[in-house]
Amino acid sequence: MTSSNTILETVGLTKHYGGVHALEGADFKIHAGEHVAIMGDNGAGKSTFVRQITGVERPTRGQIIFNGASVTFENPMEAREVGIETVFQSLALADELDVPDNLFLGRELVRFRLGPFSILDYKAMRQRTMEALEKTAVKIPNLKNTIRNMSGGQRQCVAIARTATFHSKLTIMDEPTAALGVQETAQVENIIRTLKQQGESLILISHNMRQVFDLVDRIVVFRRGRIVADLRKEETDPQDVVAYITGAKTGAEFQDAAA
Amino acid sequence: MATSNLHGVGDLTFDSSNRRWPNEMNVLLALILIIGIFELLGHLMMGQSFLFDTSDRSTSIFNEQRLRIIILQVSIVGIIAIGVTQVIISGGIDLSSGSVVGAAAMIAMSFAQVAEVNGNANPTLALGPWAADLPVLVPIAVALLFGLLAGIINGSLVAYTGIPPFIATLGMMVTARGIAKWWTAGRPISFPTDGYRAVGDGLMPVIIFVTLAVLFHLVLRHTVYGKHTHAIGSNEDAARMSGIKVGRHKVLVYTIAGMLAGVAAIVLSSKNLTAQAGMGVMYELDAIAMAVIGGVSLSGGRGSIIGTVLGALIFGVIISGFTFLRLDAYYQEMVKGGIIVAAVVLDQWRQRRAAWGP
Ligand SMILES: Nc1ncnc2c1ncn2[C@@H]1O[C@H](COP(=O)(O)OP(=O)(O)OP(=O)(O)O)[C@@H](O)[C@H]1O
Ligand SMILES: [Mg+2]
Repeated sequence: MTSSNTILETVGLTKHYGGVHALEGADFKIHAGEHVAIMGDNGAGKSTFVRQITGVERPTRGQIIFNGASVTFENPMEAREVGIETVFQSLALADELDVPDNLFLGRELVRFRLGPFSILDYKAMRQRTMEALEKTAVKIPNLKNTIRNMSGGQRQCVAIARTATFHSKLTIMDEPTAALGVQETAQVENIIRTLKQQGESLILISHNMRQVFDLVDRIVVFRRGRIVADLRKEETDPQDVVAYITGAKTGAEFQDAAA
Repeated sequence: MATSNLHGVGDLTFDSSNRRWPNEMNVLLALILIIGIFELLGHLMMGQSFLFDTSDRSTSIFNEQRLRIIILQVSIVGIIAIGVTQVIISGGIDLSSGSVVGAAAMIAMSFAQVAEVNGNANPTLALGPWAADLPVLVPIAVALLFGLLAGIINGSLVAYTGIPPFIATLGMMVTARGIAKWWTAGRPISFPTDGYRAVGDGLMPVIIFVTLAVLFHLVLRHTVYGKHTHAIGSNEDAARMSGIKVGRHKVLVYTIAGMLAGVAAIVLSSKNLTAQAGMGVMYELDAIAMAVIGGVSLSGGRGSIIGTVLGALIFGVIISGFTFLRLDAYYQEMVKGGIIVAAVVLDQWRQRRAAWGP
């Protein structure tokens, strides 16, 4: 068994798309309150890894242990229900809906239940949305705006605020600042710091070395579908990480994996 | 300054006055504009008003007879359009509604006949005496059931086989028309019971249309069903990732549309006192046109019942305006076609503008 404060662990997690071995035997671990970065070149398997642990896809092989229990998620909703919130690389927002609608999509607050015809509680959803945005200090001009009318940065903030609205045990962000300007990036980084203060665990996928060294405790490097390094921030530096990403170097304990 | 309209940390507002100009207002303006054009043409060409009552004796403002014709004319297709609107918002299309009306009308009417006409046996009896003089609930239930089945089949094909909605409902369009013709080998079915006559009598079609429009307006705006319908049409993947059971929801949307076609079949056959295999031909296109004119986006996610009702009124005004000006029916069709294309072009343009930012 794993130590009691391990929030998520994968054992030999593997995903093949036909002949493409996108993910191969990933052993990964994150503790409660820990912030871990996943780095690696394009196509290294980072998003694939995320899709396996969030129920978007079913792994070919391997085990996922969440909060001490082995789990298999049939769909993203099940992962969410146990407390894994994800900002996917493709944002998964409905363009024609406004901010509260998107935050609560699939888990709307209702005034009374009538199956699919349950009556929506717009007021409560708006209230909770404002609280969530305040908590994350996200700037959105008007909540009634549809996503379609927002900038890329604002959209990203909405997607991130969605994860912050619901108290999660583990938040996963797949390249949350990839398309953002300087200001919006700073905003997202602030949200991540807030999560850290609140003791929520985070898996951050990013190509931004400065950001990663600013924000996380540990860096896990993926290369060609395999984990090739697991580095504590204090014990490494950007050049070292780049060496692992490019394959110039492979962690001692991962030698056979990369062979 | 780009950031001046942003609220900073802890300074969020919900500013309802800052709402965007609703699209329905544009449709309403278009309606008023079109009425204005017909008023003008009426004075120029006919020397009389189109919608207003100008005679000295009269006490009313409007030409009530013409208003009544306009609303009555669009009510039945309008009922279908309420369902079609939901299908289009969910990102689909329903080409089968006109044929479903035909088939449902034939089948329902054969359970709504009287046994005897003026002391003689009903000459058009479709099913034999056992199906005559039944309570009105029987044909109503039969029509709704047929619409329900057609809708479930449409929805299941769309949701679970990956057939594009256009093709799936085209199949139903042909099949349902076939059923309508096969039911009595093409013979019309007439002489409904008094109970059945009452359903579509007088202004009943209008009352039913308006009631259903209000009901589904509320459903789309205020229920989870409505929210998910918009979400699926807007971004199906996002809806799926948010845990919405997309397939099941689509079946529900098409089923509701099918049942509304069933309602239209009841009202139409009752109002006409007869059912014929050719009933409802082209209604699906008129219904789609009403929705599109009303601002429902063919690419999904956007639109409202209010818009569709306004679209239906524009439709009715144009048809009755052409009759008023004693213009040929050919022109009607041509202009109708032009308006549909214009509405779609407008929608595309609106989307492109939105994609580029204001
Ligand atoms: N659905 C799929 N079918 C087939 N191959 C896939 C599929 N999804 C991903 N792949 C492949 O798996 C590999 C890993 O892709 P993945 O998206 O996980 O990379 P990534 O590390 O997230 O890259 P990036 O930094 O560009 O986002 C790639 O070679 C990709 O082409
Ligand atoms: Mg990726």
